[in-house]
Amino acid sequence: MDFSFLDVYKDSFIHGFVTTIEVSVVALILSLILGVIIAIFRISRVKPLEWFGTAYVEFFRNTPLVIQIFFFYFGLPSLGIDLSKFMVASLGLAIYTSSFIAEAVRAGIQSVNKGQMEAARSSGLNYIQTMWHVILPQAFKIIVPPLGNQFINLVKNSSILALIAGGDIMYAADEAAVDYDVIPIYIFVAGLYLLLTIPLSLAVNFIERRWAKQGSR
Amino acid sequence: MRFNKWVVSLLLIMMVMVITACTSNSENSTDGSSIENIKKRGKLVAGVKFDTYLFGYKDPADQQIKGFEVDLMKAFAKKLLGDENKVEFKEVTSKTRIKLLDAGDIDLIAATMTVSEERKKQVDFSNIYFLAGQSLLVKNDSTIQSIKDLKGRKVSTSKGSTSAKNMKKMAPEAILEEYENYADSLTALKSGKVEAVTTDDSILMGMQQQNPDLKLVGGQFTKEPYGIAVKKGNSELQKELNAFIKEIWDNGQYATLYKKWFKKEPAKELPTDSVLQTN
Amino acid sequence: MDFQAVFTKPHLLFLLDGLLVTLEVAFLAIVFSFVFGTILGILRYTKIPVLSHLAILYIETIRNIPFLLVIFFGYFGLKQLDIDLPITTSVIVSMTIFTSSLIAEIVRSGLNSVDRGQTEAARAQGLSYIQTLWHVIMPQGFKRTIPPMVSQFVSLIKDTSLAVAISLPELTHNAQIIYNKNFNATIPLLLTIAVMYFIVNYSLSIVSRKLEKKLSY
Repeated sequence: MDFSFLDVYKDSFIHGFVTTIEVSVVALILSLILGVIIAIFRISRVKPLEWFGTAYVEFFRNTPLVIQIFFFYFGLPSLGIDLSKFMVASLGLAIYTSSFIAEAVRAGIQSVNKGQMEAARSSGLNYIQTMWHVILPQAFKIIVPPLGNQFINLVKNSSILALIAGGDIMYAADEAAVDYDVIPIYIFVAGLYLLLTIPLSLAVNFIERRWAKQGSR
Repeated sequence: MRFNKWVVSLLLIMMVMVITACTSNSENSTDGSSIENIKKRGKLVAGVKFDTYLFGYKDPADQQIKGFEVDLMKAFAKKLLGDENKVEFKEVTSKTRIKLLDAGDIDLIAATMTVSEERKKQVDFSNIYFLAGQSLLVKNDSTIQSIKDLKGRKVSTSKGSTSAKNMKKMAPEAILEEYENYADSLTALKSGKVEAVTTDDSILMGMQQQNPDLKLVGGQFTKEPYGIAVKKGNSELQKELNAFIKEIWDNGQYATLYKKWFKKEPAKELPTDSVLQTN
Repeated sequence: MDFQAVFTKPHLLFLLDGLLVTLEVAFLAIVFSFVFGTILGILRYTKIPVLSHLAILYIETIRNIPFLLVIFFGYFGLKQLDIDLPITTSVIVSMTIFTSSLIAEIVRSGLNSVDRGQTEAARAQGLSYIQTLWHVIMPQGFKRTIPPMVSQFVSLIKDTSLAVAISLPELTHNAQIIYNKNFNATIPLLLTIAVMYFIVNYSLSIVSRKLEKKLSY
């Protein structure tokens, strides 16, 4: 196996690795915030909010990420909105991922007994306080495993940056593939992604198993 | 049990589909590109661009592949097989073309491919049929006038093209962005993501013809002689192509096609391989 | 913005042409990944030495790398190994390789959700291990896999758009060809194809919900 492409493209790969991590982390935080907001919209009793939440979730999770990214990158400038590649990537990934997170959060919240909401409200807490202090902490356990999977997907999906010359791991691989044999490059790149995703995946498994044990106790 | 019957019949249907899918796809690739094989097969398989206006592009209006190189290949099919329709066009990009040729998916490449010493190690080229040069395409109101103005500015090109390598050498301070194909590079210019597209003027001319709000600047700062590539060692097909190029040059068909696409007269003489040395 | 450029007859036909390629590729890939994924999932569930370990290795590697990388491997990588596939077949193969790893996990967790006591009961009644798996565990386990399976297939349909990177003439690619000549039509075109994907995927989700209800009786 000939890894001599690293002599020339080492810096591209280091830069790509850092970019992939940066975009993933920013998108992860944004998607979590967006996801929780949309989930609360979806279970809201205010009808327009509920409709908006539902439309958001159904639209973004049923259309391809590439199209959303192309829309933000190539489409928005003609409306006078010019975002940097980093913004396009993290925002695009965050919006896409948040539609899945919203569903996970909603399912988690709805699994908490309805009576608790009423009890908390009648003891004087407002809606947001109840959500934050009573419902969300309980829903958390049900939400975390699917969230973990969404974060793994997010890291994998960040490779879409390569299609807008975004300088991530995949872009570096594409650059190197022009001059060198592709198989060593792809194996190396797969290794880089596994370095990021396997620990996440193990963490999800660990948490799931630990909580399963606690639950059965 | 009802459930399992259902699963079994589903599996059977799938197997049938697997088999049909496999058999229907098996005849797609070429079985060696010797002239004898091409004649036996009854069609030439040419790798051309599908996204390069004037040279090779798929017209969305009627789904036909059109362009200067496409017409050249039709003429070659006529010479070889007696019918200009006995040619199948497969899409190649700068990134895919050599791999497709090596894999035997196509007999030859006629896809704005620059002859270079480095590439001669991978493929064999016919004589040169077109002399292009790398240039810049910018918006009409751009302040960029030549390659000297690119310092710190974003320039797009297609992955795997010689343009990217030339740019890194000639304007190392320009910020180069490589997209999957020329189409994306152009979209990046039009949406203001980059300030210039750089590649051969031949390709840029095509983009400009379709987008009057863009202009070519900077002249030809490299020489890019185009040749038709065949698989390394296929000298039989290479010789046939050389004879073909000479023939259409002598009988005026080349000039007719050139005028049809580029709206001007071709040069007095076809360039030869010597342009490579002067570069 | 130029919506008229989208809704001319040749352009619409060109888009439909792309949609057909998308659907054809997606359909075959769904069928194949269902078969291979199910086999892999059962292998992993049965804990047969070597075989189940190979299944684990395959599943954990493939589902933790980006699909784009699998596409590039299935196209450029296989060509380098002298395995020469036409582009459509190559995409179907890549999708099958990738999606089976995810289907396998869905199948395994479906089988795991069936109470272990049932296996013991069935074995005690004199059924062999295979008979137990086939008559007792699988019918119950599979029912629970339908919703996650369908959302995986929706992902697959969306992911066909990533084949734009290797110029498969599918829906996204064809839209690109049109908006490159009519830049003002970029946003309308991206919206149009987004709606096309949405219709396909949303209908699939509705069918899945109906199926789920029917089976739960």
